[in-house]
Order: sequence, then structure tokens, then C-alpha cells
Amino acid sequence: MQTIGELVLLSLSTILVNNFVLVKFLGICPFLGVSKKVSTAIGMSLAVTFVMTVASALTYLVQVYLLDALGIGYMQTVAFILVIAVLVQFVEMVIQKFSPALYNALGIYLPLITTNCAVLGVALLNVQEGYDFIHSVVFGFSGGLSFMLAIVLFAGVRERLETADIPKPLQGFPIALITAGLIAMAFLGFSGMKF
Amino acid sequence: MQMKEFTKGLIKENPTFVQLLGMCPTLAVTTSVANGIGMGLSATVVLVMSNLLISLLRKTIPEKIRIASYIVIIAGVVSAVEMLLKAFLPEISKSLGLFIPLIVVNCIILARAEAFASKNTVGNSMLDGLGIGLGFTGALTIISAIRELLGAGTLLGFSVFGAGFEPATILILPPGAFIVLGLLIGTINWLRAKNAEGGKK
Repeated sequence: MQTIGELVLLSLSTILVNNFVLVKFLGICPFLGVSKKVSTAIGMSLAVTFVMTVASALTYLVQVYLLDALGIGYMQTVAFILVIAVLVQFVEMVIQKFSPALYNALGIYLPLITTNCAVLGVALLNVQEGYDFIHSVVFGFSGGLSFMLAIVLFAGVRERLETADIPKPLQGFPIALITAGLIAMAFLGFSGMKF
Repeated sequence: MQMKEFTKGLIKENPTFVQLLGMCPTLAVTTSVANGIGMGLSATVVLVMSNLLISLLRKTIPEKIRIASYIVIIAGVVSAVEMLLKAFLPEISKSLGLFIPLIVVNCIILARAEAFASKNTVGNSMLDGLGIGLGFTGALTIISAIRELLGAGTLLGFSVFGAGFEPATILILPPGAFIVLGLLIGTINWLRAKNAEGGKK
């Protein structure tokens, strides 16, 4: 029986110290692709957080009751990606039904959550770190929150960059990368913290 | 088979610098040249094999479930590469860690499957995979060389500047990855703009 405190610490260190996007480099494609406006960034990160949380739970069950039970651990990558693909398809249908505006704004990036490495990454990390069910779910959820924190901060800066005077060769993608670098540098400030 | 399918991936359609695909491994593993090359070559093998298989099966895979089928094929190839690396190059496998299984979700591979292998012959698809893969490897090598040289003062583990050199450690930390790649792409944009101007005159 683990204490609530332990889970809170796991969550805090995932969000701040080992931020999925800025420190572990997971989920860079949507981070750079869907961060032009704060509103779409929030929608995207909510979808990603949901998928990561549920994917953590499902892949844990698949790992323990299917892969380990049958001794076919080498099928891990294939099995996990299938679980995630099905899950994303499901989320896509739900969003399309309940919020067509958000569905249009997310565009191509919605089906691409399947190939968001943060999702597969969290599933593989859960197994690697040997987390139990509760820890896996908390880790997946905090991973999603860390993605949300990074992308919303980044989108806020990018909205302001729209009006800034940037040297021509750096416009667009390069300046976005440099901005991300500066945000990552700010996050390095947390790295000395021990939880 | 056409040679241009191979050469286009190296520079003109370079996956990293021009198409801006596959950013996660690009940023994450370029802390040292050995890692960069290891990652690039693993991705190249996966690209060639997955392009080969998908091109072979392009007439059998039903249109509607093609993306899912591609992902399963790619995941199978990646699992094989992962096991081979673990068996024969355990050190590289350890330092690349999580990013080997994550080749499955590298956008470059799915992009080539969808945009090229599903429409072209087997030979051309393999050449395309090889070219794009080597372009990716080249890009990773350049980025990791800059980061390792300035961030640690070494190249492939050998000291270059001697003991008096104080490395800018920030470059091998996460922020350095973003900044180096941003400046590199900026430089390439600048060079391309200059070339285009020169062409007009």
C-alpha cells in the first residue's frame, strides 16, 4: 500500500523535473505543430492527457495479463501500438461528435496522437520502471499534465512572437526551436530539486 | 530503379532539415556522435525494410486500414532491430534506450510508407528508404558533432581541444538541442534564400 504522498511526489517530479517534452524529448511533433494558438494547444493537450492516462492503464493490463502471462514479451511494441491506435480512434470519434470546432482545429494532429511518442513512451517507461497499476496511471496522467504545461507556456510565447520583428531566416520553425530551448533552460532550474 | 529516388533524400528532401520530420529522436539522441550515428543507421534499416515490405504488399492491403497495417509492419521491423541491437551492440542499445522502440512512432517512417512505398515499385521504395535514412543519419551526425564538440570538447569520445578548453555544458543538456537545431535550420534557410536570390540575377 503506497502513501498518497509518494504518488504526489512522483507526479510533481514528472511535471517539473523530468518534463516529458522539455527534458525527455517525448511528443515534440505536436509540441511544435499545434502550438500556434493557446486555445488549440489546450484542446490538444487535454486529448493527449486523456489518451496517456488510459493508455497507461490499458498497456499495464496488457503487459501483465497478456504478454507476461503468455511469455511473449518481445511482442511488446507491437501490442502497445495497437492498443494506442484503437484508443486514439475512439477519442477522435468522441471529439468529432461533441466538439466539431475543436476537431477541425486539431486537424491532422488528432490521428497523429497515435504516433505521438509521449504516449508509447509512457507505456514503455511504465514497464521499464516496474510501476504497479496505480503508479502507472498516475505517471501517465502527470506525463500528460507535463505535456500540457510545456505546450501551453510555449503557445503563449508563440502568440506574442507573431508580432515580433524576427530576422527572416529564423522566422517560423527555427525561432520556435530557439524559444523552446529557452523554456527548457528555465526548466533546468528545477533539476536540482530532490523529491 | 532510378538513382534520383536515392539522392533526393540526402539533401533536397532531407527529412530533418527540409521536411522537419522526426524531431523527437533528433533532439534526444544527439548528445554524442556515436549515439547520433547509431540512431540514424537503426532508423535507416527500419526504413529500408518497412518500405520493402509495404511496397510488396501495396496491392493486398485494403485502403481503409492501410495506416494501421503500416504501423503493425513497422512495429514488427522495429522489434527485430531492437532485439538485434540488444544482442550485438549492447552499448549502443543501452545509450539509445527508450528511443529504439520509439522508432515505431518516428513520423519519417510512416510518412515514407504513406507517401512513397504505397505507390511505387519495390526497388524504388528501397532506394527511397535508403536515401531518406542516410539523409537522416547525416543530419543527426552534423547536429551531434556540433553538440559534442562544443558541449563536451570531444568527438567520438576523443578529446579535441585539450585540457585548457572549457566546454559549454549547456549544449549537451536538453536546451542545447533545441537551440543548436534552431540555429542550424535558420542557417540553412539563409543559405537557401541567398542561393535563390543569386539564381534570379
